Amino acid sequence: MNYAALFHATLPETALEIAALLVIVFDLGFLRQAAIKTRIAAAALVGIMGCAAAIWAVYAAGWDGFSAGSDLLLAAGGTAAVAQIAILVLTALTLLLFIDTGFTRNPGEYVSVVLMAAAGGLIVSAAQDLLVIFVGLELLSLGLYILTAFAKRCGNSAEAAMKYYLFGGMSAAFLLFGFSYFYGITGSTNLHQIVLYLATNGNGTYPLLILAVVFILAGLGFKVAAAPFHLWVPDAYEGAPVPAVAFIASVSKVASFALLLGFVFALEHILMPDAGFWIRFGAGLGSIGLQLFWTLLVWSLAALSMVLGNLAALAQVSVRRLLAYSAIAHAGYMLLGVASYSGEVVAKLPFSQPGSTTNAVLYYILTYGLTTIGAFGVVGVVERSTGSDKLDSFLGLNKRNPLLAAVLLVLFLSLAGIPPLVGFWAKFNLFAAVLAVGAGPIPFALVALAIAFSAVSLYYYLQVLKRAYVLPAVDETPIKTHPVTLAVLVFIAAAVVVLGCFPSLLQNWIASFYA
Amino acid sequence: MVWTIYISFAGALLAALAPKGKPALARWLALAVAVAGLAIAVAGYAAGFGHERQVFVDAPWVPSMGIHYLLVADGISRVLVLLTGIAAVAGVLFSWNIDLRANQFFAFYLALIGGVYGVFLSGDLFLLFVFYEIAIVPKYFLIAIWGSTRREYGAMKLALYSFAGSAMVLIGLLAAYVTAGSHSTTLAALAGAGLSVSFQMWCFPLVFVGFAILAGMWPFHTWAPTGHVAAPTAASMLLAGVVMKLGAYGCLRVGIGLFPHGLDPWGFTVLGLASWRDVFAWLAVIGIVYGALVALAQTDFKFVIGYSSVSHMGFVLLGLMTLNQIGVDGAVLQMFSHGVIAGLLFAIVGRVVYERTHTRQFAELEPMHLSRRLPFAAWAFVFAGVASMGLPGFSGFVAELQVLVGAWRANPWWTIVSGIGIIVGVAYVWRALQKAFFSDTLPTAHELEAEQAHKFAPITWPEIAGVALLGVCTLVVGLYPRVLLDQIEPAVKTLLAGGVQ
Repeated sequence: MNYAALFHATLPETALEIAALLVIVFDLGFLRQAAIKTRIAAAALVGIMGCAAAIWAVYAAGWDGFSAGSDLLLAAGGTAAVAQIAILVLTALTLLLFIDTGFTRNPGEYVSVVLMAAAGGLIVSAAQDLLVIFVGLELLSLGLYILTAFAKRCGNSAEAAMKYYLFGGMSAAFLLFGFSYFYGITGSTNLHQIVLYLATNGNGTYPLLILAVVFILAGLGFKVAAAPFHLWVPDAYEGAPVPAVAFIASVSKVASFALLLGFVFALEHILMPDAGFWIRFGAGLGSIGLQLFWTLLVWSLAALSMVLGNLAALAQVSVRRLLAYSAIAHAGYMLLGVASYSGEVVAKLPFSQPGSTTNAVLYYILTYGLTTIGAFGVVGVVERSTGSDKLDSFLGLNKRNPLLAAVLLVLFLSLAGIPPLVGFWAKFNLFAAVLAVGAGPIPFALVALAIAFSAVSLYYYLQVLKRAYVLPAVDETPIKTHPVTLAVLVFIAAAVVVLGCFPSLLQNWIASFYA
Repeated sequence: MVWTIYISFAGALLAALAPKGKPALARWLALAVAVAGLAIAVAGYAAGFGHERQVFVDAPWVPSMGIHYLLVADGISRVLVLLTGIAAVAGVLFSWNIDLRANQFFAFYLALIGGVYGVFLSGDLFLLFVFYEIAIVPKYFLIAIWGSTRREYGAMKLALYSFAGSAMVLIGLLAAYVTAGSHSTTLAALAGAGLSVSFQMWCFPLVFVGFAILAGMWPFHTWAPTGHVAAPTAASMLLAGVVMKLGAYGCLRVGIGLFPHGLDPWGFTVLGLASWRDVFAWLAVIGIVYGALVALAQTDFKFVIGYSSVSHMGFVLLGLMTLNQIGVDGAVLQMFSHGVIAGLLFAIVGRVVYERTHTRQFAELEPMHLSRRLPFAAWAFVFAGVASMGLPGFSGFVAELQVLVGAWRANPWWTIVSGIGIIVGVAYVWRALQKAFFSDTLPTAHELEAEQAHKFAPITWPEIAGVALLGVCTLVVGLYPRVLLDQIEPAVKTLLAGGVQ
């Protein structure tokens, strides 16, 4: 193993870790006597500089990745690079939202945990080895549990963290169990070695493989908040401090979807010469191959998430819970793309072609992450001044802070998928890609279901907007916002509009990593 | 002509940013924008004589997916843009008395107008859909914030119906785009893609119904009366005047234009129906008769007009389903005619009468003797009502006559049953006239006293200007229909011949 190469490949993670340490040194070393506001701002600032350095490092590390011997451990470029840059940008945005909060007296610890969790996200997006995946995932998850519990004075936060931790621990166990089967069958932890082994002598291992795939999907389904592994989502979103929720809803989602895509990508990487292989090693069960089995599983997760997420969101009175269920629904839409991606691998479509499913899923998760950070930012501001995140605390928002209301309008309409906002493009792009890959009755029915349920989703998004704009205000005192928070929110809303009007900007940027 | 879109959106943005406490500023801004839009529409319309299809802008928008920012106009588009311009100006004039959050009102209003202009000028299916959806959200807020009777219910119902319809359209759009090979979303490219007959057979009804929901096709019309009644005057004028036309336009341009084979016979009959054409034509006929009958039984003045819209839009859909030159000509002409007449009716009921009497119930209007106290409203309503009945000399007559002739050629039963709707149409207008304005009972001394004590506010100039604008339009088209038909006919001819140019 070449440690210089390892250091070179993990430059972004290193940058984040150094920043995490610096934050603690600054906060506890130099600023211990300073006012809490100053400490928060300083910690966030160092954290953002760390993110900026890491973005630079992503480019500086180049697109070689890291291999031990012939085994690729960390991928670079392509999906990994897009996801890593997105993770860093979104992390910086959530740190900006942290500036105007008062839930903790230990800002140094908070920011450094955020940075370490983000480093975990970076590893997860690039990992090509089961052990590396697991280490990265745990680094990310442990950070998330801590962040959820960070509002120490708030019981909800502790409760949410406990639930999140218990479900998370269980899902990690599932994942590890699935990984152990893979290792047991193939004798390797490297995705490429596993695939190679299965391609040549996988015939006798069929039932065990199915078990492994189911366990792995259960573990990953938890991470991406897909039904029926979604039970932690509403509670965690409801109890955690706002910047932490924004982080969980965006960064962790991006990392998890990048991992899912990476899984399928690894298969394709090896399979280019012989794409019919999946069908072959499913030969033990006749025409039903493992690939089809995987696709069916992902389809059912997608359908269940769309239906359950959207229907449950209709009944919510807490806007955080509403956004949590909508997150489940959005995960369902994206899983449709993931399912088609595996079909695309088999069909040997050039995966780098813009408009293909990877591109579409990445586009969706990036824009969704951005929008949802903004949405939670608005919820946070409202919550701070009204003390609650219930629907009724949004009453008269238009009177109390017109700019905030306008941001809310843009973000929620984008989530509902109204053109010309970016959420609509993400959906259109994704569904067009799904249909272009697998034009059969099932993908079509699922896309129709997804579109029908986006129509349902408009209802609950309008419930919030109705309170902000239509219903009479109970309390008309203006809501004050911190200038940084307001700037971030306005920036996100503007980005949602601009990216929506010029969708090729982001598409071309993503496609440029596949060149 | 594309500037109609840009100045409307720019006006919406300006109105939204305008200082809060100055309704007059927002009003004048909106009027200026609407008048400028109308001027451009008229100039564009006049310049369009002799041109079949004009391409204004054609720029790649999302090159990787073949989506174009393509703005074009043929005769049909130009007529509807003209209608939008007229309805927009009239709508601003009849919302002159809005003081509550006036800047926001006009911002939503102009955004809606901009979206409508965009739909009529889009030459790319995707772009058309984008504009179509842009028009949904402002409608919701216009009704929910500034409306009356059960406004939140009406607004939400309208928004959900529209969104459900557009979801169906989106599914059809995606299916057509992918089936055609994911190369381009321009209407011309999709129409020329040679979509198979079996594909068109299922995609056509999906898209057609999706659009027809907004056109008020029975049995998906129920959003229309509640939405119209709940809406503030200007919004109900726009809803009936142009938004329902969006649906009908989509049916024509996308439904019939892209999937002509969807109208072919199935090859078997169910209940005497042999194709989607029969199904939708009968639904349209039912809408005509049903809308008229229900209008006859209403006790709320505005509901009468709301249901009459369903009835009149039935003629548009019936005209489209005739698939012959004269019938489709009539349908397009009816879109214009109904837009103007319904706008006028809603303006009189919602602004001139309701804002003064604060009731729309016939039982309460009857003892008010409005023909004496509001002669302007009474005679304007007589004028509009007569136009709505379809008397010769008004636009409705030419339009409905053409539709009926076309329908007779296609299937005489359609014409015969629709005829019932026309007769009932005379009856409900007559009934409304009598109940609201010309009641038989003489005022008692007590009532006279009350009248003296509580005089109605005088008629204002924006109201007179608005009524005059709409009235002149229906008369001009009624007396000299060639002014519109000269542009409609060639465009319809091309469209029916299969080129969705």
